[in-house]
Amino acid sequence: MKLIPCPLNGLRPADEFVYGGEVRHMPDPATSSDAQWARYVFNRSGIAGVKHEWWCHIASGFWFILERDTLTDEVRSSQHVAQWHSTVHV
Amino acid sequence: MAWRLLKIGLSKNYPEPRMFTPPARLAPTYDAVIIGAGGHGLATAYYLARDHGLRNIAVIEKGYIGSGNTGRNTTIIRSNYLTPEGVRFYDRSIQLWRDLGDDLDINLFYSTRGHYTLAHTDATLRTMRWRAEVNKHLGVDSELVDAAAVARALPMMDMSCAGHAPILGALYHAPGAVARHDAVAWGYGRAADQRGVEIHQQTEVLGIETTGGEVSGVRTSRGHIATRCVISAVAGYTPRILDMVGLQSPIYIHPLQAMVSEPLKRWLDPIIVSGSLHVYVSQTARGELVMGASLDPRELHNTRSAIEFATSLSTHMLELFPFLAGVKVNRQWAGLADMTPDFAPVMGLTPVKGFYLDAGWGTWGFKATPVAGKTMAATVASGRNDPLITSFDWWRFERFELTGEKGAASVGH
Repeated sequence: MKLIPCPLNGLRPADEFVYGGEVRHMPDPATSSDAQWARYVFNRSGIAGVKHEWWCHIASGFWFILERDTLTDEVRSSQHVAQWHSTVHV
Repeated sequence: MAWRLLKIGLSKNYPEPRMFTPPARLAPTYDAVIIGAGGHGLATAYYLARDHGLRNIAVIEKGYIGSGNTGRNTTIIRSNYLTPEGVRFYDRSIQLWRDLGDDLDINLFYSTRGHYTLAHTDATLRTMRWRAEVNKHLGVDSELVDAAAVARALPMMDMSCAGHAPILGALYHAPGAVARHDAVAWGYGRAADQRGVEIHQQTEVLGIETTGGEVSGVRTSRGHIATRCVISAVAGYTPRILDMVGLQSPIYIHPLQAMVSEPLKRWLDPIIVSGSLHVYVSQTARGELVMGASLDPRELHNTRSAIEFATSLSTHMLELFPFLAGVKVNRQWAGLADMTPDFAPVMGLTPVKGFYLDAGWGTWGFKATPVAGKTMAATVASGRNDPLITSFDWWRFERFELTGEKGAASVGH
Protein backbone atom coordinates (compact mmCIF):
# COMPACT_ATOMS: atom_id res chain seq x y z
CA MET A 1 0.00 0.00 0.00
CA LYS A 2 1.24 3.46 -0.84
CA LEU A 3 2.05 5.57 2.22
CA ILE A 4 1.14 9.23 2.55
CA PRO A 5 2.96 11.47 5.05
CA CYS A 6 0.49 13.36 7.22
CA PRO A 7 1.82 16.29 9.28
CA LEU A 8 -0.34 15.19 12.23
CA ASN A 9 -0.29 11.38 12.08
CA GLY A 10 2.95 10.55 10.28
CA LEU A 11 3.19 7.98 7.48
CA ARG A 12 -0.18 6.28 6.96
CA PRO A 13 -1.62 3.99 4.24
CA ALA A 14 -3.11 5.91 1.28
CA ASP A 15 -6.60 4.46 1.79
CA GLU A 16 -6.90 6.34 5.10
CA PHE A 17 -6.98 9.60 3.13
CA VAL A 18 -9.25 11.43 0.73
CA TYR A 19 -7.92 13.62 -2.05
CA GLY A 20 -9.45 17.09 -2.18
CA GLY A 21 -8.03 18.45 -5.42
CA GLU A 22 -5.46 21.09 -6.21
CA VAL A 23 -5.15 24.22 -4.04
CA ARG A 24 -6.62 27.05 -6.10
CA HIS A 25 -7.11 30.73 -5.65
CA MET A 26 -10.75 31.82 -5.47
CA PRO A 27 -11.53 35.10 -7.22
CA ASP A 28 -13.69 37.58 -5.30
CA PRO A 29 -17.27 36.50 -6.12
CA ALA A 30 -18.50 40.07 -5.65
CA THR A 31 -16.27 41.54 -8.33
CA SER A 32 -15.55 38.69 -10.74
CA SER A 33 -17.49 38.37 -13.99
CA ASP A 34 -19.63 35.33 -14.81
CA ALA A 35 -16.95 34.09 -17.19
CA GLN A 36 -14.21 34.43 -14.55
CA TRP A 37 -16.37 32.67 -12.02
CA ALA A 38 -17.16 29.81 -14.47
CA ARG A 39 -13.42 29.41 -15.14
CA TYR A 40 -12.79 29.18 -11.39
CA VAL A 41 -15.64 26.72 -10.79
CA PHE A 42 -14.92 24.33 -13.67
CA ASN A 43 -11.43 24.71 -15.15
CA ARG A 44 -8.52 22.69 -13.79
CA SER A 45 -4.81 22.59 -14.51
CA GLY A 46 -5.02 19.20 -16.17
CA ILE A 47 -1.38 18.89 -17.21
CA ALA A 48 0.89 16.62 -15.15
CA GLY A 49 3.29 18.37 -12.80
CA VAL A 50 4.21 19.09 -9.21
CA LYS A 51 1.05 20.37 -7.54
CA HIS A 52 -0.06 21.47 -4.08
CA GLU A 53 -3.17 19.55 -3.12
CA TRP A 54 -5.74 19.32 -0.34
CA TRP A 55 -5.72 15.94 1.44
CA CYS A 56 -7.67 14.80 4.46
CA HIS A 57 -6.83 12.05 6.93
CA ILE A 58 -10.32 10.60 7.38
CA ALA A 59 -10.06 9.08 10.86
CA SER A 60 -8.70 12.28 12.42
CA GLY A 61 -10.62 14.65 10.12
CA PHE A 62 -7.38 16.51 9.51
CA TRP A 63 -6.91 18.55 6.33
CA PHE A 64 -3.40 19.38 5.14
CA ILE A 65 -1.43 20.39 2.06
CA LEU A 66 0.48 17.75 0.14
CA GLU A 67 2.98 18.63 -2.58
CA ARG A 68 2.93 15.80 -5.12
CA ASP A 69 4.23 15.07 -8.61
CA THR A 70 1.16 13.91 -10.57
CA LEU A 71 3.33 12.21 -13.19
CA THR A 72 5.29 9.94 -10.83
CA ASP A 73 3.05 10.04 -7.72
CA GLU A 74 6.09 11.11 -5.67
CA VAL A 75 5.34 13.19 -2.57
CA ARG A 76 7.61 16.24 -2.23
CA SER A 77 6.34 17.77 1.01
CA SER A 78 3.47 17.68 3.47
CA GLN A 79 2.51 20.61 5.65
CA HIS A 80 -0.09 22.13 7.98
CA VAL A 81 -2.50 24.53 6.31
CA ALA A 82 -1.28 27.35 8.56
CA GLN A 83 2.30 26.68 7.56
CA TRP A 84 1.29 26.71 3.88
CA HIS A 85 -0.49 30.06 4.30
CA SER A 86 2.54 31.59 6.00
CA THR A 87 4.86 30.63 3.12
CA VAL A 88 2.62 31.35 0.14
CA HIS A 89 0.98 34.63 -0.66
CA VAL A 90 -1.87 34.12 -3.04
CA MET B 1 -0.01 -24.29 -38.83
CA ALA B 2 3.55 -24.69 -37.58
CA TRP B 3 4.86 -25.21 -41.15
CA ARG B 4 3.01 -22.17 -42.35
CA LEU B 5 4.43 -20.07 -39.54
CA LEU B 6 7.93 -21.33 -40.30
CA LYS B 7 7.49 -20.50 -43.99
CA ILE B 8 6.33 -16.98 -43.10
CA GLY B 9 9.26 -16.62 -40.72
CA LEU B 10 11.79 -17.62 -43.37
CA SER B 11 10.33 -15.80 -46.38
CA LYS B 12 11.86 -12.50 -47.40
CA ASN B 13 8.54 -10.83 -48.10
CA TYR B 14 5.70 -10.91 -45.62
CA PRO B 15 3.23 -13.13 -47.49
CA GLU B 16 0.02 -11.85 -45.91
CA PRO B 17 -1.62 -8.56 -46.93
CA ARG B 18 -0.91 -5.80 -44.37
CA MET B 19 -3.74 -3.91 -42.68
CA PHE B 20 -2.16 -0.52 -43.44
CA THR B 21 0.41 0.98 -45.74
CA PRO B 22 2.91 2.83 -43.52
CA PRO B 23 3.56 6.12 -45.33
CA ALA B 24 7.28 6.84 -45.79
CA ARG B 25 7.22 10.50 -44.81
CA LEU B 26 4.90 13.27 -43.75
CA ALA B 27 3.61 15.48 -46.55
CA PRO B 28 4.28 19.23 -46.08
CA THR B 29 0.55 19.96 -45.97
CA TYR B 30 -2.76 18.23 -45.18
CA ASP B 31 -6.40 19.30 -45.33
CA ALA B 32 -6.89 17.87 -41.84
CA VAL B 33 -4.60 16.50 -39.14
CA ILE B 34 -6.09 14.19 -36.53
CA ILE B 35 -4.10 13.70 -33.32
CA GLY B 36 -4.48 10.18 -31.96
CA ALA B 37 -4.92 6.92 -33.91
CA GLY B 38 -7.34 5.35 -31.48
CA GLY B 39 -10.87 4.33 -32.40
CA HIS B 40 -12.20 7.90 -32.24
CA GLY B 41 -9.42 9.45 -34.36
CA LEU B 42 -9.50 6.71 -36.99
CA ALA B 43 -13.32 6.71 -37.14
CA THR B 44 -13.28 10.49 -37.66
CA ALA B 45 -10.74 10.06 -40.47
CA TYR B 46 -12.80 7.28 -42.04
CA TYR B 47 -16.10 9.20 -42.05
CA LEU B 48 -14.37 12.38 -43.26
CA ALA B 49 -13.02 10.39 -46.21
CA ARG B 50 -16.13 8.27 -46.84
CA ASP B 51 -18.97 10.70 -46.22
CA HIS B 52 -17.41 14.09 -46.87
CA GLY B 53 -14.90 13.38 -49.64
CA LEU B 54 -11.81 14.58 -47.77
CA ARG B 55 -8.78 12.57 -48.86
CA ASN B 56 -5.72 14.50 -47.76
CA ILE B 57 -5.89 13.56 -44.06
CA ALA B 58 -3.09 12.55 -41.70
CA VAL B 59 -3.70 10.72 -38.44
CA ILE B 60 -0.74 11.33 -36.13
CA GLU B 61 -0.09 8.79 -33.38
CA LYS B 62 2.61 8.97 -30.72
CA GLY B 63 2.57 5.20 -30.05
CA TYR B 64 0.88 2.63 -32.24
CA ILE B 65 -2.70 2.19 -33.46
CA GLY B 66 -5.12 1.58 -30.60
CA SER B 67 -2.39 1.79 -27.94
CA GLY B 68 -4.32 4.20 -25.74
CA ASN B 69 -7.74 3.72 -24.22
CA THR B 70 -9.09 1.97 -27.33
CA GLY B 71 -7.01 -1.04 -26.30
CA ARG B 72 -7.48 -0.60 -22.54
CA ASN B 73 -11.24 -0.36 -22.00
CA THR B 74 -13.58 -3.17 -20.94
CA THR B 75 -15.46 -3.05 -24.31
CA ILE B 76 -18.98 -2.53 -22.96
CA ILE B 77 -21.48 -0.95 -25.35
CA ARG B 78 -24.82 0.39 -24.08
CA SER B 79 -27.15 3.36 -24.45
CA ASN B 80 -29.08 3.30 -21.15
CA TYR B 81 -28.05 6.81 -20.16
CA LEU B 82 -29.93 9.31 -18.02
CA THR B 83 -30.24 12.51 -20.04
CA PRO B 84 -32.21 12.59 -23.33
CA GLU B 85 -29.19 14.08 -25.15
CA GLY B 86 -26.98 11.25 -23.84
CA VAL B 87 -29.50 8.53 -24.70
CA ARG B 88 -30.01 9.86 -28.26
CA PHE B 89 -26.26 10.09 -28.85
CA TYR B 90 -25.34 6.62 -27.56
CA ASP B 91 -28.39 5.03 -29.21
CA ARG B 92 -27.17 6.36 -32.56
CA SER B 93 -23.86 4.72 -31.75
CA ILE B 94 -25.52 1.34 -31.17
CA GLN B 95 -27.30 1.65 -34.52
CA LEU B 96 -23.91 2.22 -36.17
CA TRP B 97 -22.27 -0.61 -34.19
CA ARG B 98 -24.78 -3.17 -35.42
CA ASP B 99 -23.59 -3.18 -39.04
CA LEU B 100 -20.11 -1.81 -38.44
CA GLY B 101 -18.45 -5.20 -39.02
CA ASP B 102 -20.02 -5.39 -42.51
CA ASP B 103 -19.20 -1.77 -43.18
CA LEU B 104 -15.52 -2.21 -42.30
CA ASP B 105 -15.35 -5.82 -43.55
CA ILE B 106 -13.82 -7.09 -40.33
CA ASN B 107 -15.05 -9.39 -37.58
CA LEU B 108 -15.57 -7.15 -34.54
CA PHE B 109 -16.95 -10.03 -32.43
CA TYR B 110 -19.88 -7.70 -31.75
CA SER B 111 -22.02 -9.67 -29.37
CA THR B 112 -25.35 -8.48 -27.95
CA ARG B 113 -25.53 -9.86 -24.43
CA GLY B 114 -28.02 -7.86 -22.41
CA HIS B 115 -26.81 -5.62 -19.58
CA TYR B 116 -27.85 -5.74 -15.91
CA THR B 117 -27.09 -2.79 -13.65
CA LEU B 118 -27.74 -4.14 -10.15
CA ALA B 119 -29.50 -2.07 -7.49
CA HIS B 120 -28.58 -2.71 -3.86
CA THR B 121 -30.41 0.31 -2.40
CA ASP B 122 -33.75 2.08 -2.83
CA ALA B 123 -31.96 5.20 -4.03
CA THR B 124 -30.32 3.26 -6.88
CA LEU B 125 -33.67 1.71 -7.80
CA ARG B 126 -35.17 5.20 -8.08
CA THR B 127 -32.42 6.39 -10.47
CA MET B 128 -32.88 3.21 -12.48
CA ARG B 129 -36.62 3.74 -12.80
CA TRP B 130 -35.84 7.25 -14.02
CA ARG B 131 -33.30 5.94 -16.53
CA ALA B 132 -35.68 3.22 -17.75
CA GLU B 133 -38.47 5.76 -18.35
CA VAL B 134 -36.20 8.23 -20.18
CA ASN B 135 -34.87 5.34 -22.28
CA LYS B 136 -38.33 4.00 -23.15
CA HIS B 137 -39.55 7.47 -24.04
CA LEU B 138 -36.74 7.70 -26.60
CA GLY B 139 -37.34 4.20 -27.96
CA VAL B 140 -34.42 2.55 -26.17
CA ASP B 141 -35.04 -0.91 -24.75
CA SER B 142 -34.53 -0.63 -20.95
CA GLU B 143 -36.68 -1.83 -18.10
CA LEU B 144 -36.60 -2.15 -14.35
CA VAL B 145 -36.70 -5.80 -13.26
CA ASP B 146 -37.23 -7.16 -9.75
CA ALA B 147 -34.95 -9.35 -7.67
CA ALA B 148 -36.77 -12.55 -8.70
CA ALA B 149 -36.17 -11.81 -12.38
CA VAL B 150 -32.49 -11.12 -11.69
CA ALA B 151 -32.17 -14.38 -9.74
CA ARG B 152 -33.80 -16.32 -12.60
CA ALA B 153 -31.46 -14.81 -15.18
CA LEU B 154 -28.31 -15.18 -13.05
CA PRO B 155 -28.70 -18.32 -10.92
CA MET B 156 -24.95 -18.41 -10.23
CA MET B 157 -24.98 -15.02 -8.49
CA ASP B 158 -25.18 -14.61 -4.72
CA MET B 159 -28.28 -12.39 -4.48
CA SER B 160 -27.35 -11.37 -0.92
CA CYS B 161 -23.78 -10.35 -1.93
CA ALA B 162 -22.21 -12.11 1.05
CA GLY B 163 -25.09 -10.90 3.20
CA HIS B 164 -24.31 -7.19 3.27
CA ALA B 165 -25.57 -5.74 -0.02
CA PRO B 166 -28.71 -7.69 -1.06
CA ILE B 167 -29.78 -7.14 -4.67
CA LEU B 168 -33.22 -5.46 -4.82
CA GLY B 169 -33.61 -5.34 -8.60
CA ALA B 170 -31.81 -4.21 -11.72
CA LEU B 171 -31.98 -2.00 -14.77
CA TYR B 172 -32.04 -4.42 -17.70
CA HIS B 173 -30.89 -3.12 -21.06
CA ALA B 174 -31.29 -5.74 -23.79
CA PRO B 175 -29.08 -4.02 -26.43
CA GLY B 176 -26.03 -4.10 -24.11
CA ALA B 177 -23.12 -5.60 -26.05
CA VAL B 178 -19.39 -6.22 -26.11
CA ALA B 179 -16.98 -6.03 -29.06
CA ARG B 180 -13.33 -6.73 -29.69
CA HIS B 181 -11.71 -3.34 -29.15
CA ASP B 182 -8.47 -3.86 -31.10
CA ALA B 183 -10.44 -4.90 -34.18
CA VAL B 184 -12.37 -1.63 -34.01
CA ALA B 185 -9.16 0.39 -34.34
CA TRP B 186 -7.76 -1.93 -37.03
CA GLY B 187 -11.04 -1.96 -38.98
CA TYR B 188 -11.41 1.82 -39.00
CA GLY B 189 -7.67 2.19 -39.70
CA ARG B 190 -7.73 -0.13 -42.70
CA ALA B 191 -10.93 1.38 -44.09
CA ALA B 192 -9.51 4.90 -43.71
CA ASP B 193 -6.20 3.80 -45.24
CA GLN B 194 -8.05 2.33 -48.25
CA ARG B 195 -9.64 5.74 -48.79
CA GLY B 196 -6.30 7.53 -48.87
CA VAL B 197 -5.95 8.58 -45.22
CA GLU B 198 -2.32 8.47 -44.02
CA ILE B 199 -1.73 6.95 -40.60
CA HIS B 200 1.60 8.04 -39.11
CA GLN B 201 2.49 5.97 -36.06
CA GLN B 202 5.50 6.73 -33.81
CA THR B 203 4.96 10.42 -34.53
CA GLU B 204 4.51 12.79 -31.63
CA VAL B 205 2.83 16.18 -31.82
CA LEU B 206 5.18 18.75 -30.26
CA GLY B 207 3.21 21.92 -30.90
CA ILE B 208 0.27 23.45 -32.71
CA GLU B 209 0.79 26.76 -34.48
CA THR B 210 -1.85 29.44 -34.67
CA THR B 211 -1.95 32.70 -36.62
CA GLY B 212 -4.47 35.32 -35.57
CA GLY B 213 -6.54 32.84 -33.56
CA GLU B 214 -6.60 30.26 -36.38
CA VAL B 215 -4.75 26.98 -36.68
CA SER B 216 -1.92 27.18 -39.23
CA GLY B 217 0.30 24.18 -38.61
CA VAL B 218 1.49 21.30 -36.46
CA ARG B 219 5.04 20.59 -35.30
CA THR B 220 5.74 16.88 -34.97
CA SER B 221 8.72 14.72 -34.06
CA ARG B 222 8.97 13.87 -37.78
CA GLY B 223 8.67 17.31 -39.27
CA HIS B 224 6.37 20.27 -39.80
CA ILE B 225 2.89 20.15 -41.31
CA ALA B 226 0.97 23.10 -42.66
CA THR B 227 -2.77 22.70 -42.06
CA ARG B 228 -5.81 24.78 -41.19
CA CYS B 229 -7.65 21.97 -39.44
CA VAL B 230 -6.56 19.99 -36.38
CA ILE B 231 -8.77 17.51 -34.54
CA SER B 232 -7.59 16.32 -31.14
CA ALA B 233 -8.84 12.79 -30.43
CA VAL B 234 -6.49 11.84 -27.61
CA ALA B 235 -7.30 10.60 -24.12
CA GLY B 236 -5.24 11.32 -21.03
CA TYR B 237 -3.23 13.99 -22.86
CA THR B 238 -6.00 16.41 -23.76
CA PRO B 239 -4.91 19.15 -21.29
CA ARG B 240 -1.39 19.04 -22.80
CA ILE B 241 -2.75 19.37 -26.35
CA LEU B 242 -5.09 22.20 -25.25
CA ASP B 243 -2.13 24.00 -23.71
CA MET B 244 -0.50 24.03 -27.18
CA VAL B 245 -3.33 26.28 -28.40
CA GLY B 246 -3.52 28.27 -25.15
CA LEU B 247 -6.81 26.81 -23.87
CA GLN B 248 -7.77 25.71 -20.37
CA SER B 249 -10.59 23.25 -19.76
CA PRO B 250 -12.40 21.41 -16.96
CA ILE B 251 -10.76 18.13 -18.04
CA TYR B 252 -8.71 16.42 -15.34
CA ILE B 253 -6.92 13.06 -15.46
CA HIS B 254 -7.44 10.06 -13.22
CA PRO B 255 -6.30 6.50 -13.98
CA LEU B 256 -8.87 3.75 -14.50
CA GLN B 257 -7.74 0.19 -13.92
CA ALA B 258 -9.05 -3.12 -15.23
CA MET B 259 -8.08 -6.78 -15.18
CA VAL B 260 -8.79 -10.06 -16.93
CA SER B 261 -9.03 -13.62 -15.59
CA GLU B 262 -7.80 -16.86 -17.08
CA PRO B 263 -10.20 -18.31 -19.69
CA LEU B 264 -13.15 -20.25 -18.30
CA LYS B 265 -15.84 -22.36 -19.89
CA ARG B 266 -18.68 -20.07 -20.93
CA TRP B 267 -20.94 -19.38 -17.94
CA LEU B 268 -21.76 -15.65 -18.02
CA ASP B 269 -23.83 -14.39 -20.92
CA PRO B 270 -24.97 -10.90 -19.92
CA ILE B 271 -22.85 -7.98 -18.77
CA ILE B 272 -23.14 -7.34 -15.02
CA VAL B 273 -22.59 -3.95 -13.40
CA SER B 274 -22.86 -3.09 -9.73
CA GLY B 275 -22.39 0.56 -8.87
CA SER B 276 -22.42 -0.07 -5.13
CA LEU B 277 -19.79 -2.80 -5.32
CA HIS B 278 -17.76 -0.91 -7.96
CA VAL B 279 -17.71 -3.86 -10.35
CA TYR B 280 -18.44 -4.40 -14.01
CA VAL B 281 -17.80 -7.74 -15.65
CA SER B 282 -18.41 -9.60 -18.89
CA GLN B 283 -17.06 -12.80 -20.39
CA THR B 284 -15.19 -12.55 -23.70
CA ALA B 285 -15.53 -14.89 -26.66
CA ARG B 286 -12.30 -16.53 -25.41
CA GLY B 287 -13.88 -17.17 -22.01
CA GLU B 288 -11.88 -14.63 -19.99
CA LEU B 289 -13.69 -12.45 -17.48
CA VAL B 290 -12.99 -8.79 -18.18
CA MET B 291 -13.45 -6.80 -14.99
CA GLY B 292 -13.29 -3.13 -14.18
CA ALA B 293 -13.79 -0.89 -11.17
CA SER B 294 -14.17 2.79 -10.41
CA LEU B 295 -11.62 5.51 -11.10
CA ASP B 296 -8.49 5.80 -9.01
CA PRO B 297 -9.24 8.42 -6.36
CA ARG B 298 -6.54 10.96 -7.22
CA GLU B 299 -5.07 12.73 -10.23
CA LEU B 300 -2.24 10.73 -11.77
CA HIS B 301 -0.75 10.62 -15.26
CA ASN B 302 0.62 7.12 -15.01
CA THR B 303 -0.62 3.75 -16.27
CA ARG B 304 0.82 1.76 -13.37
CA SER B 305 -1.58 -0.86 -11.99
CA ALA B 306 -1.31 -1.92 -8.37
CA ILE B 307 -2.09 -4.89 -6.14
CA GLU B 308 -4.60 -2.85 -4.08
CA PHE B 309 -6.77 -2.59 -7.15
CA ALA B 310 -6.68 -6.33 -7.89
CA THR B 311 -7.44 -7.26 -4.26
CA SER B 312 -10.31 -4.84 -3.85
CA LEU B 313 -11.93 -5.72 -7.20
CA SER B 314 -11.51 -9.47 -6.51
CA THR B 315 -13.16 -9.06 -3.11
CA HIS B 316 -16.23 -7.49 -4.69
CA MET B 317 -16.28 -10.04 -7.52
CA LEU B 318 -16.38 -12.81 -4.91
CA GLU B 319 -19.28 -11.15 -3.12
CA LEU B 320 -21.25 -11.53 -6.36
CA PHE B 321 -19.79 -14.84 -7.55
CA PRO B 322 -18.27 -16.79 -4.64
CA PHE B 323 -17.55 -19.83 -6.84
CA LEU B 324 -14.80 -17.86 -8.63
CA ALA B 325 -12.53 -18.08 -5.58
CA GLY B 326 -10.08 -20.44 -7.29
CA VAL B 327 -9.88 -18.50 -10.57
CA LYS B 328 -6.62 -16.75 -11.40
CA VAL B 329 -6.16 -13.19 -12.63
CA ASN B 330 -4.06 -13.13 -15.80
CA ARG B 331 -3.37 -9.46 -16.35
CA GLN B 332 -4.16 -6.04 -14.98
CA TRP B 333 -3.57 -2.63 -16.51
CA ALA B 334 -4.57 1.02 -16.38
CA GLY B 335 -5.60 3.76 -18.78
CA LEU B 336 -5.74 7.53 -18.34
CA ALA B 337 -9.29 8.88 -18.25
CA ASP B 338 -10.15 12.47 -19.30
CA MET B 339 -12.74 13.29 -16.65
CA THR B 340 -15.28 16.12 -16.92
CA PRO B 341 -17.47 17.66 -14.18
CA ASP B 342 -20.71 16.39 -15.78
CA PHE B 343 -19.56 12.97 -17.01
CA ALA B 344 -20.26 14.00 -20.61
CA PRO B 345 -17.68 14.53 -23.36
CA VAL B 346 -16.41 17.84 -24.74
CA MET B 347 -16.83 17.82 -28.50
CA GLY B 348 -16.73 19.99 -31.60
CA LEU B 349 -15.68 23.58 -32.20
CA THR B 350 -13.40 25.45 -29.80
CA PRO B 351 -12.47 29.13 -29.38
CA VAL B 352 -9.50 28.51 -31.72
CA LYS B 353 -10.67 28.47 -35.34
CA GLY B 354 -9.76 25.22 -37.08
CA PHE B 355 -9.09 23.41 -33.81
CA TYR B 356 -11.68 20.74 -33.01
CA LEU B 357 -11.92 18.67 -29.88
CA ASP B 358 -13.12 15.11 -29.33
CA ALA B 359 -12.27 14.74 -25.65
CA GLY B 360 -13.52 14.29 -22.12
CA TRP B 361 -14.30 10.65 -22.80
CA GLY B 362 -13.57 9.63 -19.23
CA THR B 363 -14.68 6.07 -18.71
CA TRP B 364 -17.40 6.06 -21.41
CA GLY B 365 -15.57 6.51 -24.72
CA PHE B 366 -15.37 3.08 -26.36
CA LYS B 367 -19.11 2.67 -26.91
CA ALA B 368 -19.20 6.07 -28.57
CA THR B 369 -16.47 5.31 -31.13
CA PRO B 370 -18.71 5.14 -34.25
CA VAL B 371 -20.98 8.05 -33.35
CA ALA B 372 -18.07 10.23 -32.21
CA GLY B 373 -16.32 9.63 -35.53
CA LYS B 374 -19.49 10.30 -37.48
CA THR B 375 -20.47 13.51 -35.65
CA MET B 376 -16.91 14.88 -35.50
CA ALA B 377 -16.54 14.33 -39.27
CA ALA B 378 -19.87 16.10 -39.90
CA THR B 379 -18.82 18.95 -37.59
CA VAL B 380 -15.46 19.44 -39.31
CA ALA B 381 -16.99 19.22 -42.79
CA SER B 382 -19.75 21.75 -42.08
CA GLY B 383 -17.93 24.00 -39.62
CA ARG B 384 -20.93 23.70 -37.25
CA ASN B 385 -21.45 21.37 -34.32
CA ASP B 386 -23.51 18.36 -35.37
CA PRO B 387 -27.02 18.50 -33.76
CA LEU B 388 -26.26 15.31 -31.78
CA ILE B 389 -23.32 16.93 -29.96
CA THR B 390 -24.58 20.44 -29.22
CA SER B 391 -25.14 19.54 -25.54
CA PHE B 392 -21.50 18.43 -25.30
CA ASP B 393 -20.05 21.67 -26.63
CA TRP B 394 -17.03 23.56 -25.30
CA TRP B 395 -19.02 26.59 -24.06
CA ARG B 396 -21.56 24.74 -21.86
CA PHE B 397 -19.49 25.34 -18.72
CA GLU B 398 -19.42 29.12 -19.03
CA ARG B 399 -23.17 28.99 -19.74
CA PHE B 400 -23.53 26.89 -16.55
CA GLU B 401 -25.45 24.35 -18.68
CA LEU B 402 -23.95 21.03 -17.71
CA THR B 403 -25.30 17.76 -19.07
CA GLY B 404 -25.59 15.83 -15.80
CA GLU B 405 -24.77 12.30 -16.90
CA LYS B 406 -23.18 11.20 -13.63
CA GLY B 407 -26.25 9.14 -12.65
CA ALA B 408 -25.63 6.88 -15.62
CA ALA B 409 -21.92 6.28 -15.02
CA SER B 410 -21.50 2.54 -14.86
CA VAL B 411 -20.12 2.63 -11.32
CA GLY B 412 -20.11 5.43 -8.75
CA HIS B 413 -16.96 7.50 -9.25
